Amino acid sequence: MSSAYLVLDDGRIFEGSSWAATGKTFGEAVFQTGMTGYQETLTDPSYHKQVVIMTAPHIGNTGVNDADNESAKIWVAGFVVRNPSSITSNWRAQNDLETELISQGIVGIQGVDTRAITRHLRDRGAMRVGIFSGLELSREEMVVEVRKAEAMSGAFLVRDVSTPETIVIPAIGEKKFTVAALDLGIKGATPRALAERGVEVHVMPFDSSVADIMATHPDGVFLSNGPGDPSTMTDVIDVVRQLLLTEIPLFGICFGHQILGRALGFETYKLQFGHRGINQPVMDKNTGKVEITAHNHGFAVKAPTDSEFSTVYGRGEVTHVCLNDGVVEGLQLIERPAFSVQYHPEAAAGPHDASYLFDRFVELMSKKVNA
Amino acid sequence: MGLDTTIKSVLVIGSGPIVIGQACEFDYSGTQACRVLRAEGIRVILVNSNPATIMTDPEFADATYIEPITPEIIERIIAHEKPDAVLATLGGQTALNAAIGLYERGTLKKYGVRLIGADVDAINRGENRELFRGIVEKVGGESARSKICHTMEEIMEAVVVLKYPVVVRPSFTMGGLGSGIAFDEAELRQIAGAGLRHSPTSEVLLEESIIGWKEYELEVMRDRKDNVVIVCSIENLDPMGVHTGDSITVAPAMTLTDVEYQKLRDLSMDIIREVGVDTGGCNIQFAVNPDNGRIIVIEMNPRVSRSSALASKATGFPIAKIATKLAIGYTLDEIQNDITQVTPASFEPTLDYVVVKVPRFAFEKFADADPRLTTTMKSVGEAMAIGRSFSEALMKALRSLERKEAIFSWPVITESELSSLVQSMKIPTEYRLQQVQKAMWAGASIDQVYETTKIDRWYLRQIEVINEQATVIAQPGELSREILRAAKSQGFSDSQIAQLRGVTEEEVRKARHHLGIRPVYKTVDTCAAEFEAFTPYHYSSYEEETEVRPRTTPAIIILGSGPNRIGQGIEFDYSCVHASFALREAGFETIMINCNPETVSTDYDTSNRLYFEPLTLEDVLEVVHAETLAGPVLGVITQLGGQTPLGLASGLHENGVTILGTSPDAINLAEERGAFGNILAEQGLTAPKFGMASSQLEATTIAHDIGYPVLVRPSFVLGGRGMEIVYDDGALGGFIARATDITPDRPVLVDRFLDNAIEIDVDALFDGQELFLGGVMEHIEEAGIHSGDSACVLPSMTVTPEQWDEIRVATEKIARGVDVLGLINIQFAIADNTLYVLEANPRASRTVPFVSKATGVPLAKAAARISVGSTIAELRTEGLLPASRDGIARGVSVKEAVLPWNRFRRTDGRGVDAVLGPEMRSTGEVMGISPTFGESYAKSQIAAFGPLPKSGTVFISLADKDKATGIEPAKGFSDLGFHILATEGTALFLQKYGIECTTVRKNSEGTGSMGEKTIVDIINAGEIDLVINTPVGRGTRADGWAIRTAAVQRSIPCITTTAGFSAAVDAISFLQNNPLSIKSLQEWLA
Repeated sequence: MSSAYLVLDDGRIFEGSSWAATGKTFGEAVFQTGMTGYQETLTDPSYHKQVVIMTAPHIGNTGVNDADNESAKIWVAGFVVRNPSSITSNWRAQNDLETELISQGIVGIQGVDTRAITRHLRDRGAMRVGIFSGLELSREEMVVEVRKAEAMSGAFLVRDVSTPETIVIPAIGEKKFTVAALDLGIKGATPRALAERGVEVHVMPFDSSVADIMATHPDGVFLSNGPGDPSTMTDVIDVVRQLLLTEIPLFGICFGHQILGRALGFETYKLQFGHRGINQPVMDKNTGKVEITAHNHGFAVKAPTDSEFSTVYGRGEVTHVCLNDGVVEGLQLIERPAFSVQYHPEAAAGPHDASYLFDRFVELMSKKVNA
Repeated sequence: MGLDTTIKSVLVIGSGPIVIGQACEFDYSGTQACRVLRAEGIRVILVNSNPATIMTDPEFADATYIEPITPEIIERIIAHEKPDAVLATLGGQTALNAAIGLYERGTLKKYGVRLIGADVDAINRGENRELFRGIVEKVGGESARSKICHTMEEIMEAVVVLKYPVVVRPSFTMGGLGSGIAFDEAELRQIAGAGLRHSPTSEVLLEESIIGWKEYELEVMRDRKDNVVIVCSIENLDPMGVHTGDSITVAPAMTLTDVEYQKLRDLSMDIIREVGVDTGGCNIQFAVNPDNGRIIVIEMNPRVSRSSALASKATGFPIAKIATKLAIGYTLDEIQNDITQVTPASFEPTLDYVVVKVPRFAFEKFADADPRLTTTMKSVGEAMAIGRSFSEALMKALRSLERKEAIFSWPVITESELSSLVQSMKIPTEYRLQQVQKAMWAGASIDQVYETTKIDRWYLRQIEVINEQATVIAQPGELSREILRAAKSQGFSDSQIAQLRGVTEEEVRKARHHLGIRPVYKTVDTCAAEFEAFTPYHYSSYEEETEVRPRTTPAIIILGSGPNRIGQGIEFDYSCVHASFALREAGFETIMINCNPETVSTDYDTSNRLYFEPLTLEDVLEVVHAETLAGPVLGVITQLGGQTPLGLASGLHENGVTILGTSPDAINLAEERGAFGNILAEQGLTAPKFGMASSQLEATTIAHDIGYPVLVRPSFVLGGRGMEIVYDDGALGGFIARATDITPDRPVLVDRFLDNAIEIDVDALFDGQELFLGGVMEHIEEAGIHSGDSACVLPSMTVTPEQWDEIRVATEKIARGVDVLGLINIQFAIADNTLYVLEANPRASRTVPFVSKATGVPLAKAAARISVGSTIAELRTEGLLPASRDGIARGVSVKEAVLPWNRFRRTDGRGVDAVLGPEMRSTGEVMGISPTFGESYAKSQIAAFGPLPKSGTVFISLADKDKATGIEPAKGFSDLGFHILATEGTALFLQKYGIECTTVRKNSEGTGSMGEKTIVDIINAGEIDLVINTPVGRGTRADGWAIRTAAVQRSIPCITTTAGFSAAVDAISFLQNNPLSIKSLQEWLA
């Protein structure tokens, strides 16, 4: 076990030991506060180009298995843990975490003060980071390399994560509806949640045209989660604006929510350090009820939370807010069947409190079909 | 929604005495409840019979009733106080049962009082096993296959289907009382029979065995808007089969994936909704099959529990406080998270550390008790530790237990020792984890240990890593920075490293400090550092960055008392908390160090800073160092937390730490018998003749010189551990061989035993000039019964004014002679008109809270102030102490001890002997206060043991030495109209004095030729209302033991001393002629 370094953009360096693949890697440093679900985090395409710091100190205890993957590969750019497990203990485990990370070439670091890193990022904001292990570089050289890395603001990353061609996920049981899902980095749990509700899901490339989408005869359109800066997504935003005029029910999650927000004319902005965890309280403003939800976002939509707003598509409102910091967590149009949430009703990892949103989407589709 | 403004006053029901399964966690929760309610401007009425609690301090409620927690008494309080609501979900099973009792009596309806927190239907759905099963099924969960039984016949039918081993669980009992696992019919008959008797509804559940499955608990909260959060997941290291209170537990869960955890979470939410707990918390337990993940819902507690206290300390989310706010109308999102000050309580805490709780047992107090751990809880306390890894937390937790045997060590282990270790770990006992660690050290593989214990392989691997680290440490050569850092990070103490290196702890510490390796202090903040924390609740870790903030106000460090144990419990936490309050009021910052998650002292609200750390010299020195860097530290208070901090005083002093109050030298002076004897001699005070023996021969010589009977015990112990009265050479030799490892370093004390003396306990304050006598308590049981187990009365009943003056003079002489600065407790005995000094302890005693309640004088607060320089005169002026004179008891207060006999069984399955002696065995205490001794004693007995009979049949069996003193009370019972039964010897004696009684057969005599039943049969048949049985010398003489255990098993009051016998006459005579009075402490002290 050789020394490894976690080097931050602002020059702070944490020394630990090499873990998983050796070498170097760069990305945006973000911390994730979930106590369970590291496998789902690793395979979530939204973490593309991010170096994830796990605040839970023991990682890897339950190994990895095929069933819990959220996509076909690990997406994080680097993985930072306090105590990786030297044993895998779970009846569903198929592989050790470290073996899996090495086979996918993911550079990691262990034995660092992850709480100190988290506090640093909380106070100074998310920033670029590099992990260096098994390399003979001076501290200055490492910092210089980190500063050469691409920043998250302005990053267009969807092309890297989206499916090259449409994949159809059949409905479970009787098929009731068809949904065209734009894959901006979609997690496996989303089509699963829809399929369980009798929806056939066409997972389509991010650059699908309106015509491509309409060709699937969708009862609804879904905008997925994904990595990068929403302000770079001008083409998809255009597509969404056209779809909004069709009266086809539209549902967006996370990145998809930000895109809907921008399509409605709102700004998006980068949060100081983002929301990444599975314990975030979100209030549904219409019912006053609180959901505990899974979050993974560094950007957010700037929209008025105290009153309705009007858009070219009619009146709308902010439906959900995060109780920790007041960030907009949900939007809906009042006169058209379109809504979105910033968080993850598909969970994986995380609580299932918000799964009712998929029911709401299905309800909108059935209203539309019956109308 | 906000506060329900129709609630103007609330009656809070406490949990009564500390018993196994229901300890000071309910003082923590109840205190929080009272604070929350008062902060909302709600009038708080409190009932709790336990004087040693913070919640029963008069300033925590508007009306505090130290009365028995029975529906009858509570009804009278309700009639008098007319509260709008009753809150019973924070006082454990006792409060919940009392609430059900109030409902069933119609009291709630009659007085229009609402039950808040959880309603009766919800309580029933959660606690009634059949209803709960239905709920689990309805939400799609699975319960273990089982059958509810009300008779032995039903039980025998059910087991045919469920097969052995089978689990027995009685309904409506706390801490799993009466439950167990039966492997065959004989065991089943015995366990289930006891279960039927213990259950208030004569109901037991028989259930398929899931022994060896993984065990989890989730702490759940729900508000009236149906918002639900999971506060914490707790994983038991010990798999199913060991009660969770007796298990080593870990938070958060370590060996579940998110998919599996979310299943438990979903089930928990569905269950709390279906049960209908809508303004509070509950705890739900699960078993998970380690081979396929099959989940079984075990049970739920529709109230705050021991686990919720643990979860609160483990996460920083104060469950009891939040539960109280929910009960009075708030919703989770309306309540602020104290720690972050910006986020709401409607979230789920996330941990960036690992918490380990380990139980503390007291099997050494019950020599004949079966040491196997089962589904009946037997531990008397617990320690918790926090670390940045499981091993760091575990190693800290184990050393927090203050038991040499609990701390991992690495001796050479032979092949045959290994096989016996592997053999013994099959059965869970107190030290199973240590057996596992040693077996693995000797080469046992993870798989081998897993097959034997079913402890998850992940934990076994952590133990293996600790052992690997031990190998590295032990290697010859330099103890490098890398090795030392790695070792500390794994949780190794300096002492463990020293042992492995063959050097002293001091040397390791020096080397470590030289290399600059010191712990940093992280913060428990509920959110894994996502938000800034404003509460300095710290734990140590060997990491990079510390979070201790600089300070300018002078600070005082208070050492707590560690895990509860028999002899050192809540009473000491009470004094520590008082010190913290008093010193904060006086303008100091207070810093608490403690490792007991059940207590008020480890509430992050109690002191300015809280360090959740083991109470060892190393851990305390590091906190002192860190705080000295943060700002001025005046010193450390060690005299309030009992023997634990006192034992650290001289080590701290030697390391340059200022000890506030009585100096370590003075403490040694009082504890060292020779030096103390000199003080007594100088002051012209008398002590019973005694000697200190460092060999068996010496002990015998001393005993002959003093004359039998003698009291023998090892020196330097608390709670009368290993103490015994012996009557001859044989017994003396036996005791020394059995109970001590006698050496010149570990001498044995041999004291003259004063037969038939009156024992007196005194608590006093001394500031170097003036003495304040807090109280003179008279024990009800005669000398020879440990003071902690003896009932006592304040004011003393038989001490004459002249004797009282003599006691005061002697107390002052001793306090001055020892050079006390703060509290001193002295035990005296009066025999043949002579005042003997038995022992003096220059520290807070177990009776401080009792005396404070009975006199209204906050002794511990005053002691804390004296230790930082205030004089008694100043405190009198300030009003903390009375303007003049000593402490004066208001009314007559009786303290009674509560004993855990019903928790322990011998390996043959029968009860342990319920007899008092010089070794302390009680877990807690109650107080009865009224204008007369008879009524106060009656109250204390009702609060401790349940109702006393007003009429019926009393069985009397007196040892020869007690026959003479037994005549009066026996006549008393006869006059009160009781029918008296007695075995032959006692019967003949009583008849000789004209007392009418019926002779019955002894157990050893067997059933008579005409089918006459033995006394044990008669007790078992429920035909006896009260048992008086005084034991003969030491040992479980078969007849007496059979009588006492039968009484305990049937919950029949059993009195084992003639003093108690006499007091019972006064009590019953009162009860026959009067209803019990009620009066709040505030009225008493007005």
